[in-house]
Amino acid sequence: MSTNGMESWAVDLKDVGAIYPFQGSEVLMVIIGLVFWIGWHVLQTRHENAEIEADMAADRSGDETREAIDRY
Amino acid sequence: MEGNLNALTTIFTEFYYWVTIVMMFLIHVGFCTYEVGVSRRRNHLKTLMKNAMAIPLVTVTFYFFGWWIYFGFPNGPGMVPGGLAAAPFAEPWNPLMATHLSGVSPGETGVTPTEAALWHRLNGVFWGAFLLFSITTASIISGSIIERARSGAFWIVAVLIGSVLWILDASWGWHPQGWMVKLWGYHDAYASGVVHAIAGGAALAFLIVLGPRIGKFRPDGTARDIPPHNVWLVTIGLFLIYTGFWGFYAACNIPLISPATIAGQITGDTWTATNIYLAPTTLSAITFNFLMSLSGGMMAGYIVSKGDPFWTFSMGLCGVISASAGNDLYHPIQAMLIGAIVPSICYKLHYFVERRFKIDDAVGAVAVHGYGGFLGVVVAGFMLWGQPSSPYEGFAHINPLGNFAGAVLMFALGFIPTFVVCKILNSMNLLRVPAKVELEGVDFALNHAFEASVREVGSAEKAMIK
Repeated sequence: MSTNGMESWAVDLKDVGAIYPFQGSEVLMVIIGLVFWIGWHVLQTRHENAEIEADMAADRSGDETREAIDRY
Repeated sequence: MEGNLNALTTIFTEFYYWVTIVMMFLIHVGFCTYEVGVSRRRNHLKTLMKNAMAIPLVTVTFYFFGWWIYFGFPNGPGMVPGGLAAAPFAEPWNPLMATHLSGVSPGETGVTPTEAALWHRLNGVFWGAFLLFSITTASIISGSIIERARSGAFWIVAVLIGSVLWILDASWGWHPQGWMVKLWGYHDAYASGVVHAIAGGAALAFLIVLGPRIGKFRPDGTARDIPPHNVWLVTIGLFLIYTGFWGFYAACNIPLISPATIAGQITGDTWTATNIYLAPTTLSAITFNFLMSLSGGMMAGYIVSKGDPFWTFSMGLCGVISASAGNDLYHPIQAMLIGAIVPSICYKLHYFVERRFKIDDAVGAVAVHGYGGFLGVVVAGFMLWGQPSSPYEGFAHINPLGNFAGAVLMFALGFIPTFVVCKILNSMNLLRVPAKVELEGVDFALNHAFEASVREVGSAEKAMIK
């Protein structure tokens, strides 16, 4: 039992192709990968919106902003 | 014997591209260093992360679809017969897009013995080398828009330019069988147009929709200077970009190939290095021309900018970019002169466009990459007029009109889709941070958390002092 079908290296390498685990599930892995990528953008946008909202509510006096500007 | 020679050539080629990938990573270290140096203190962290996260985002999307686009579209939108080209080895679900040896395992689907023999050692390193070009294309835009663009907006545009647009133009004009090469004689060996002009066009579109930073323009419309926070960091960043650029150049070549493998018009048995079009050149030629065009740019930059470090270094980069289209074939002195003249024009154009159209390009990327790349392709059309664009029969020869049309196409392919996407993002309030946040600095929340932690741990430590 092996996750890539190879039980031993007593083989002629010209007869060996893919050696990654769970061959045959490539399409499923691509779908999972695409969901991970799109999901990342969705989560990142939510996070960025929340951060901007918090920034808008902060430093009502403007003092910290003035200090930050002076620091260049 | 022949089998061993082929194996050795393949393994040498694999190692060659692997080295270029490592070298090209320095471009991104340089971009991050450079951008942070240009940004002001209250924007450092977001500036860094905006650029750095382009690396993973373009990587995964280039795996999912970018690599396949390169092989799928050389015939263009019906420009030459053939339609969509088949490229199973570049599809993300193909076993050759993963750990693979030279054969075909029993029951393995989607792989032929011929494809396995060719691609099992080359697919990953070719993909990686093209990917590093992709990330570069995205990173070029990043610096222009600092201190007011939302990171999320940039990352969407980074995927668009890095994993779709540039690789589409590469398929058309930077491919041995690309329709622009066949029909127009388009020649752009080290990517003046296919990487730099398209990225400059995209940066300009982003900047038009985004608008300038608060305080950039006086009430009378004249521009204020917003100096880099740390000029040392900026110049170190540009030095690192220069260093990584060596890898970029080497990766544009095929290091060793026989005439029989090219299967074109070259006769005899003399093996050679070639450019991306499989036309002969040498690493030695591009070493001459890289250094001479860099030097021409730095020398002209020093004079034109009156010794300003930011522009002297930037114009060195622009010198290389402007000679890149023809640096496989130029004489070194020609490369030097092109590298001096074109950046001087780009420098003037930067300030003209800033003044006339109120474009706030924080790092001059549109000038260095966009105008430099565009003009570099145009100049190559004249300089290399009548030379063969390809080793294959029936291809158009290099000519001014073909390269001019190609340069326009490259710039427009970056500009138009980016403009549309930025308009959409802007209509959803996703393109730019509000003015209050821009004034606070985009790092406000991060800096606040940092300062609170420093105060808390400091208080705890001080309480332990006897």
